[in-house]
Amino acid sequence: MTLAKVTGNIVSTEKHPHYTGHKLLIVQPIDPGGNPKGKPLLAVDGVQAGVGDRVLVVDEGGSARQTIGDTDAVTIRTAICAIVDRVDLEA
Amino acid sequence: MKLGRVIGRVVCTQKIESMQGLKLLLVQPIDDQKRNVGGPITAFDVSRAGEGDLVWFESGKEAAQANPNGWFNPLDAAILGIVDQINREDAE
Repeated sequence: MTLAKVTGNIVSTEKHPHYTGHKLLIVQPIDPGGNPKGKPLLAVDGVQAGVGDRVLVVDEGGSARQTIGDTDAVTIRTAICAIVDRVDLEA
Repeated sequence: MKLGRVIGRVVCTQKIESMQGLKLLLVQPIDDQKRNVGGPITAFDVSRAGEGDLVWFESGKEAAQANPNGWFNPLDAAILGIVDQINREDAE
């Protein structure tokens, strides 16, 4: 799982049927301190996350499909599985 | 998934059976501000995209699963949707 921040969403009408009804969010991976790390990617939302939220992203098919509760959606690989309330870092 | 822009197409006559009937497009990966990220890749298309379209694509075995010819195939990138609009936190 990767820490990330939701920075936006995309609207897509023409898409694979597995993605029908799912919200697609742009997530920017971050380090535990909140600084951007690497390039943004797209994830299916499984937890009603929104722009500005810090989240946990799974980038593995089986985990993503369990997150969104549809194990038949075999083309889905990346999903948001949790909204982060707090990160406690060793001082 | 990642964002990309379709910059061309790839035509292959001689190809394996599981690739028959698939449209192959050249995709330049981009970030959410439409800046290029790395070099272009070739992906097959299931979303009726065309040259110039903004799209989103998946890579790895999940891409292969989108092949209408069946799941057992060697493809590793698939265009799964066309992007109508990108909304960003700090964009007005």
